[in-house]
Amino acid sequence: MSNSEDRQPQGVRPSLFLERQSYRRRRLTDAARLLPILGAALIAIPLLWPEPGETGAVTLSSAILYIFTCWGLMILISLIFGFAARRTAARDDTDPDTDRWQR
Amino acid sequence: MATLNLLILVCLGYVVLLFGVAFAADRMAAAGRGAWLRSPLFYTLSLSIYCTAWTFYGAVGNAARSGLEFVTIYLGPTLVMISWWWGLRKLVRVGRSQRVTSIADLISSRYGKSNTLAICVTILAVLGGTPYIALQLQSITLSFSIFAEADPSGLYREGSSVFWVAAGLAMFAILFGTRNLDANERHHGVVTAIALESVVKLFALLAVGIFVVWGVAGGVGPMMDRIDASEIGQWNVDAGRWTTFIFLSAAAFVCLPRMFQVMVVENADEGHLRTAAWAFPLYLLLMSLFVVPIAVVGLDLLPEGSNPDLFVLTVPLSQGNEWLAMLSFIGGFSSATSMVIVTAMALSTMVSNHLVMPIWLSTQEGSGSLSGDVRHVVLVARRVSIAAIMALGFFYYRLSGGGAALASIGLVAFAGISQILPALVGGLFWRGATRTGALVGLSVGFLLWIYTLLLPGMGGALMSSSVLQDGPFGIGWLRPQALFGIEGMDPMVHTVMWSLSLNTVAFCVASLLSFPSPLERLQGAQFVNVFDHSVAPRGWTGSVAQSEDLMIMTQRILGAGPAQEFFQAEAEQQGGRSSLPEPTPAFLERLERELSGSVGAATAHAMIGQIVGGSSVSVEDLLAVADESAQLLEYSSQLEVKSAELSRTARQLREANTKLTQISQQKDNFLSQVSHELRTPMTSIRAFSEIMRDTDGLTDEEQTRYAAIIHDEALRLTRLLDDLLDLSVLESGQVSLNMGGDTLRSVLDRAVSSALAGTSKTLTVRRSKASERIPLHTDLDRLGQVFINLISNAQKYCDADDPVLTISAHDVGGQVVIDFADNGSGIPAEARSMVFEKFARVGGDKAGGAGLGLAICREIMQRLGGDISYLPGQGGAAFRVQVPLAYRQAAQ
Repeated sequence: MSNSEDRQPQGVRPSLFLERQSYRRRRLTDAARLLPILGAALIAIPLLWPEPGETGAVTLSSAILYIFTCWGLMILISLIFGFAARRTAARDDTDPDTDRWQR
Repeated sequence: MATLNLLILVCLGYVVLLFGVAFAADRMAAAGRGAWLRSPLFYTLSLSIYCTAWTFYGAVGNAARSGLEFVTIYLGPTLVMISWWWGLRKLVRVGRSQRVTSIADLISSRYGKSNTLAICVTILAVLGGTPYIALQLQSITLSFSIFAEADPSGLYREGSSVFWVAAGLAMFAILFGTRNLDANERHHGVVTAIALESVVKLFALLAVGIFVVWGVAGGVGPMMDRIDASEIGQWNVDAGRWTTFIFLSAAAFVCLPRMFQVMVVENADEGHLRTAAWAFPLYLLLMSLFVVPIAVVGLDLLPEGSNPDLFVLTVPLSQGNEWLAMLSFIGGFSSATSMVIVTAMALSTMVSNHLVMPIWLSTQEGSGSLSGDVRHVVLVARRVSIAAIMALGFFYYRLSGGGAALASIGLVAFAGISQILPALVGGLFWRGATRTGALVGLSVGFLLWIYTLLLPGMGGALMSSSVLQDGPFGIGWLRPQALFGIEGMDPMVHTVMWSLSLNTVAFCVASLLSFPSPLERLQGAQFVNVFDHSVAPRGWTGSVAQSEDLMIMTQRILGAGPAQEFFQAEAEQQGGRSSLPEPTPAFLERLERELSGSVGAATAHAMIGQIVGGSSVSVEDLLAVADESAQLLEYSSQLEVKSAELSRTARQLREANTKLTQISQQKDNFLSQVSHELRTPMTSIRAFSEIMRDTDGLTDEEQTRYAAIIHDEALRLTRLLDDLLDLSVLESGQVSLNMGGDTLRSVLDRAVSSALAGTSKTLTVRRSKASERIPLHTDLDRLGQVFINLISNAQKYCDADDPVLTISAHDVGGQVVIDFADNGSGIPAEARSMVFEKFARVGGDKAGGAGLGLAICREIMQRLGGDISYLPGQGGAAFRVQVPLAYRQAAQ
């Protein structure tokens, strides 16, 4: 995937604006790839919480709050990424047959 | 109020609605008006068959037993969905580009279209799917029984109701799931119906949840207090189970046949994943939002010992809200029916494509082309499979008695189907994964799953308690729930850990040790690098004219119309005029892909193989192809060489032609010049001789003068003819050279004295006699002739008042160079290139020469192996004569 990212059209000097745009797009895919790792880490945090009966045991209501907040956060980021990817995909309609997501 | 009859009526009404929706959607899609049916929203909603009755009812039960643990079943798929960029995107792309019909088809297609592997996956899926279907039937009957308890008429009979539910679901699946043979085509009716059911079940669960939180508990704050005060009020989740279940549900989400069906096979547009990536997790979040509140309120309100799996129904009922209970019942009914329908469809495709068709094909073997209507056979096989799978589920339910907690059966099925994961992920991301590896890994995982989870879970009938306690034959470290002597693990965690890790290890080791067949390697590259090339590799090499047989077979599978259309299009693409295309590899490849949409990759491969003959590709074939192309390359390079040679020859011929034309032109010019040169003296000779003949009374003096003119002209003619003769002899190369040795000095001495003898014009010749002591071996007379010519030219044409000719000689690199330079005005630059041509005269013919002197000089010098050239930049006219020092070759 990284090969195609570094590819530049030969002999064409991309303007600053386009450069920025493709840069943003690449970072966007990076974010999309990192999101599940972030999600897994967030979901794994409850494993560190103290056992019931120990001091500082977590109540179920706060556990629910934590889990559902993380969940909502993941959905939100995924939503933002989905819309951003759709927007860039709509602009990048020069070669719809090739894998436009990779660029 | 909510009598059983009313419930059944509502149920039937709901089923009729589903039928209607599915029918309308199919009609719209067929009429081409169903663009909105292919929207991402429908795709996301159809994914929601992940939430079965198990999650609808069982999640609350699970929460009531072990708090937040139920949420793992939703978190796993959430993680899979948000990492769609990594995994699902590739899976969907592969599924679409290979026209995959089921998860078994995908695995078999990846590992060289192996049917053995497909059968393994199919058996695994059926084994895992049957209890799951039984579970759905159980949930429907359980929910019926809740209402039946409240019904005074007591007409409810459990057995018959399950039977009718199963039969009804089978009928729906058969009607809408097997309408079209191409399993790869979208089933718009089914997808729309399950999308509707998804909305219904979400709505029902949210309604119950809202009723519980705001209607019973009195708001979010009091609800939270109530949760903390309940018996499950503290975070109490086993770390092993937490991670294992998240992983397991993530794996099952991808591997479950029904999920694969809606996610990959029914996918209409890859871009839908982008929407589903956030919308489906949102759906799951909403589904689980009110689970804990319902469980806590249920634990509070209902008497000790009531089934927590049915809290969703019993809590509204206990509050007297029977309409809400009815809605919730419909929600649970929706979850169960949609899951059963899609599972039955997916499993029937697998069973008919990978079990029935190969068996049927093998019975047909030997008859050359296929007899009978394959199309019909496939459809019947699929319908019978659906009925059989439903029957299996029904009998499983009747035999097991439906006792176990709902959630545990679901997890057992998850663990079973997850055994596909190593082969699936390995196949998508590792080109080195082989068929043997997948087979070994699957078998290891499958057996471990049966041994450690399925059999112990079924109770004493299939596995005695002594085996469970002490291991088979008393071997302690083989105890099903404590493999290798590791005790104290949760049985579920134990099974998942051992089966999946040993499965993966076996898969990797066997892959590393085995060698894949060529087809496997082709498919492997195709799958792993699906984004690089979405075109399939060339598989078939058949080239015998079997188009007609192929046509007959295709008609039987696709039906006459589509088959003829397909063949016609192919023939047109190939540019032929006949309606049958040539069986080129590319055509066979496309045909196979088209057929695999109906009967699966392995069967389609086998069918084409039966007609085209033999295996599609072997290493030898590939080598032969490579050889052939190498020969072609060589041949074409030979052709190139020859064509280059031809064009070179043509160029030479053109040059020769031009030269000949030039020479012919020169000859014409020469002839006209010669005749012109001859005519002038002849004219004056004729004129003066006529005067002498015809005129009387000429004085002696006049006669003498005229005779002298005639004599002079005759001499001039003779000289001209001599020169011409000389030139023609020299040019024809017939001259014989009279070689001799002398010094340059003596040759020059003779030339100067003979050139200057008998002329009135004075010419001073300057020489440096010391440098002229150079020995020469050449034709001395001819060389002298050149010198004389040059000296007399200087004498004739030098226009200086006091003409001086400087002759200098020196030795330059093996050649004697003699320069003759006078002090006149020289030859104009534009005439310099002409002076050595025949009849070329500079500045008219004032000196009366024929213009042949320098041409003769050049011919002589070339004969002698030297050269003569004009030497510019010397003040006046200057010529350079080059004579080879030791000239030998001219004599030969």
